[in-house]
Amino acid sequence: MSVLNPLKPSERMKIPRQESIEQSANDRSRNFLEVSFGLNEERARVEATRCLECKNPICTEGCPVEIDIRSFIQAILQKDYLGAVKKIREANSLPAICGRVCPQEEQCEAVCTLGKKNPAVAIGKLERFVADYEMENNLFSVPEISIRREGKVAIVGSGPSGLTCAAELAKLGYKVTIFEALHAVGGVLRYGIPEFRLPRKILDLETERIKALGVEIITNFVVGRTATIDEFFGEWGFSAVFLGTGAGSPHFMGIPGESASGVYSANEFLTRVNLMKAYQFPDYDTPIRAGKRVAVIGGGNTAMDAVRTAKRLGAEKAHLVYRRSKKEMPARVEEVHHAEQEGIEFLLMTNPVRILTDGQNWVVGMECQRMELGEPDDSGRRKPVPIPGSNFVIDIDTVIEAVGQAPNPIIQATTPGLKIGKKGVVVTDESQRTSRDGIFAGGDLSRGGATVILAMRDGKLAAAAIHEYLSRKQTNHEDDSPLYTNSYCQYIS
Amino acid sequence: MFPILGKEQLSPTITKFVVHAPYIARKRQAGNFVIVRVIETGERIPLTIAEGDSDEGSITLIVQAVGKTTKLLCSKEIGDQLVDVVGPLGNPTEIAKDSVVACIGGGVGTAELYPITKALHEHNNKIYTIIGARNKDLIILESEMAECSDHLFVTTDDGSYKRKGLVTHQLKDLLDAQVEIDAVYAIGPLPMMKAVSQLTEHYGIKTYVSLNAVMVDGTGMCGGCRVSVDGQMKFACVDGPEFDGHEVDFDELMKRNRTYVDFEQEADRTYCEAHKSRVVA
Repeated sequence: MSVLNPLKPSERMKIPRQESIEQSANDRSRNFLEVSFGLNEERARVEATRCLECKNPICTEGCPVEIDIRSFIQAILQKDYLGAVKKIREANSLPAICGRVCPQEEQCEAVCTLGKKNPAVAIGKLERFVADYEMENNLFSVPEISIRREGKVAIVGSGPSGLTCAAELAKLGYKVTIFEALHAVGGVLRYGIPEFRLPRKILDLETERIKALGVEIITNFVVGRTATIDEFFGEWGFSAVFLGTGAGSPHFMGIPGESASGVYSANEFLTRVNLMKAYQFPDYDTPIRAGKRVAVIGGGNTAMDAVRTAKRLGAEKAHLVYRRSKKEMPARVEEVHHAEQEGIEFLLMTNPVRILTDGQNWVVGMECQRMELGEPDDSGRRKPVPIPGSNFVIDIDTVIEAVGQAPNPIIQATTPGLKIGKKGVVVTDESQRTSRDGIFAGGDLSRGGATVILAMRDGKLAAAAIHEYLSRKQTNHEDDSPLYTNSYCQYIS
Repeated sequence: MFPILGKEQLSPTITKFVVHAPYIARKRQAGNFVIVRVIETGERIPLTIAEGDSDEGSITLIVQAVGKTTKLLCSKEIGDQLVDVVGPLGNPTEIAKDSVVACIGGGVGTAELYPITKALHEHNNKIYTIIGARNKDLIILESEMAECSDHLFVTTDDGSYKRKGLVTHQLKDLLDAQVEIDAVYAIGPLPMMKAVSQLTEHYGIKTYVSLNAVMVDGTGMCGGCRVSVDGQMKFACVDGPEFDGHEVDFDELMKRNRTYVDFEQEADRTYCEAHKSRVVA
């Protein structure tokens, strides 16, 4: 029992988990407004009282960026919402985003003590509540940066790993420049995750905050083409580089008919809608052929985003075709649940074998086969195997393939000496150092396809490693004139 | 923002722009392209870099007004700004050395061919250039091409200027006259590149074509520009834009490029109507 919360643990356990307020499935499947409005203040306060305030808060260990969750929930109990968000910001530069897109059920909430017998504390929803409170009341204040350090750092890519790395380094006092290939900032947060899960206003505001730390952002700059990494170290005068270019190169299944008109990669489909606002054609010039009968192939979050987007664009039938069962889907439980509510039809244990086309190369159907689960494969999931003679055709006019992405090869091809691993990922050690001195990498570029929060974790680790690297460089160069305080020297020794 | 430093009308529908883009100007090579967005609500379109001046920090783009975006771009004046220009994208052209080549440009494709022809000229190649278009008005860069070519031929479909006929007629005449050509560089509309490739395949001459597929990002991210080359899926933006013309499935690409034709017509009609009414008002 704490002074903040007079309830006994047994009483806390009896309080039901508070749910977000959401748009009805019928309404939201026709618009691009955010699905969830989050918790209101009353529900957030009730939810905070459910926290057992464990002596050893294991939830923090479950968080990839190690947010002090118990403390921020205690701040909510005191109605100090700003204090709560400040506590989160100590560990996480993008709270309003993580509160929305993190798979908390696999992280902090998965290890929550309350969750052993009862539903876990809704940590993610509380994070979002305080982040939105800060935003709506315009309470964000730029942290004071007390020291200016030598060394310019280039960050390649403005997705979650790059933004996080940039913010951490800027707070340490470094001069940081982010280079973004597209015309807008955010990487997958911009082109991949739809507006109904992450409103652009929030991404824009979080970006502004990172800029307010003194980070410079240059868009329309394809590193490897507009300038190479070696030129960054040479004429551009950068001392370290972080690569966070993601996994943007779409896979295709390799089945007949993929060149047809009406077949999209999920990347293209989502980029047209999210980045280029094709759903507002003709006010925006980018077109999209959304289709009336759509099949999305895949079972991950990208597949869910694509199929729910297709529905919002007016598809009468929106199928999700996945070769395993629902249990094996890599998508977040919440996203699968939302998709089902919105009327997405799941064709499970089903594998496409051929896209059917007419004489003008338009999609007119897709031949699939039924699957059954066999022995476990490398991923530990049971491998689907086709059932002979089970082929059937679904009547569709659009196919969207969400079957994985690989890192974009431009950086690797233009940066000699960078060690490349399986499936084109850049190899790093546990501190995010690559095989080349001064070059660090993280996020999907080194993981091959993961989550926003794991990318942020890499960005954070890389920032610490870059700090160490640049500090060592400085002390080696200037042995006689120590630049740093004692405590700092302890850190690097 | 990318200000327009120069503008010149090459024909009633084809405009040459000089755009301030210093990073791109320093790095561009023959065969590279940029992705341009004209206005905030605009689409991203690929345009080949015709020339670059690294001292001035500028690149030259040559644009034919065919749809809404290109008409809007061609309406821009010196001092106006383009919201986005990114590049240089795509692989640079493989430039032959000390050989005999034919450079074949169709319509506005001649603008894309020009930097390649110039580079071939600088690498001591003997160059037969053929440029063709539907009519006299669409023939561009004739004197520039003449300057970097050893022989220049011009054809028009309607006979309104120089030889009446297609570029392939002229090429076939050269080949039949026993001119020894080591490689052909052909850039223009897909049917033209297809016809050139079919002809040169018959004669066994290596042929490079530059594919203008539909693109969004231009950096290998969307896969919209996928083309079949020798039965393999390639992305025109990062694997190309140039490919072996004998291996390209042109028919498939022509169909793919019609994916958005009704949207393009609608956007064009709306733009032209709005434009007209503004003029009247």
